[in-house]
Amino acid sequence: MSNAEISDAAYICDIPAERPWSRVLRKGQTLRIIDSEGQQAVDALLYCADDKSERYSSQDTLRVQGAAYIDLGTRLISNRGRVMARVTADTCGRHDTSAGCCSCESNAVRFGEPTKYQHACRENFILELSKHGLTKRDIVSNLNFFMNVPIDPSGNFTVVDGISAPGNYVDVTADMDVLFVISNCPQVNNPCNGFNPTPIRVVVRDAPGL
Amino acid sequence: MSQTQEQIEANRRRYEELRAAGQELAPKGLPEPTALDGAPIAPDAVIHREHVPAGWYATIRLRRGEALRITDESGRSSVCLIGWREEDTSERINCADTVKVQWSAAVGKGRVILSDMGRVFLSVIEDTSGAHDLLVGGSTPASVLAAFGVPGRNTQENFLAAASKIGLDVRDIPPCVTFFAPVTLDEAGRFRWREGRKRPGDFVDLRAEMNLILVASNCPHPLDPARPAATGPVTLIKHRAATATAEDACRTSSPEANRAFAFTDRLFI
Repeated sequence: MSNAEISDAAYICDIPAERPWSRVLRKGQTLRIIDSEGQQAVDALLYCADDKSERYSSQDTLRVQGAAYIDLGTRLISNRGRVMARVTADTCGRHDTSAGCCSCESNAVRFGEPTKYQHACRENFILELSKHGLTKRDIVSNLNFFMNVPIDPSGNFTVVDGISAPGNYVDVTADMDVLFVISNCPQVNNPCNGFNPTPIRVVVRDAPGL
Repeated sequence: MSQTQEQIEANRRRYEELRAAGQELAPKGLPEPTALDGAPIAPDAVIHREHVPAGWYATIRLRRGEALRITDESGRSSVCLIGWREEDTSERINCADTVKVQWSAAVGKGRVILSDMGRVFLSVIEDTSGAHDLLVGGSTPASVLAAFGVPGRNTQENFLAAASKIGLDVRDIPPCVTFFAPVTLDEAGRFRWREGRKRPGDFVDLRAEMNLILVASNCPHPLDPARPAATGPVTLIKHRAATATAEDACRTSSPEANRAFAFTDRLFI
């Protein structure tokens, strides 16, 4: 990001590896998520700020788009069928919304019972959502920015090495006031974070994305 | 916390081993699809039988070891399904974990459908079709209006009505699995409907591995090009099935499924 873009920012925050974050984006504001060191999955949920029972819906987003991956131009659709936000810039080119977030419980199934006692995105989401009166019940199938999950015609579904380079970013511009919640993914058992979680940066700008 | 090079390499090795087992070995061990005239249900095993007209929904409670047969009588229907664990409805069907854990977006005989708590929700113990959808989900007021030109019954509103009648609401509605919906992807990642993969009489048997409340919605899949002709009644048969033994085909289908069964069994010790 150039200095001009930073001076433009209404808000900047570096999110440490493995940590959650949340903030309300006002309609028209753009959130830039920067994969500071590369190959870092960023799990994200969106809620309508005025009525949090309206929230991001992965299946509605994929149905409206007619395609399985999130990229430039994707409209993020709510469970009420409304456009919550859209992807307005993307230097990575491949994001997922079918794989959900990691949890202690699914880690134990996937990688063996000892991994149950490792930090996971759902722990982050539960703690961050609790600040907004929300619970595990409110966690739906999320976005995974910078996560590379090809699905082939046979159905094979694989988390593979991320293609995001250090400094790659994605811009999400809000179509309504949204509570944007992030878990900077702590997963060390698959390639979504290069097996080594790293920090990310978020920047909020008032001008809509280009 | 920063990982050492040694940890990174060890975790990558394990991941590659699990991937090979999940995508190369496990599919070879899956049973053949059920024949259309196969797997008859003994009359004394039937608990309840119900016909759901096109556009409508039904709520079904299953105890552990009971199964639900869903039959697409006309070969034109698709059935969207969601559900919760009866004793704690914050635990519910989880399509994302289902595909991720089994390394596949394909559902078929010998596969399992997981809850969000690392447990087996339903086992697919019989299936004539093998053409089901975990990714795209059901119809909505907007998708029906776009397809039919007029408002009509849809899965999103069916799920809301059904959830409300058991004290739940929109916050409790997860992504759904849709049976008899032959959705695939092309190389560019665009969804495609596989013609010729639906037959009258196709059925699945779903065995509950914990006590469940299920909602089935009989509405055309949003990608079905036959709409609005893609309608017909479906039959639901609740019946007694055998509890999963140590040799059960769903339990032994993969190391992941085996672990998920073990974690589920602990609820009932």
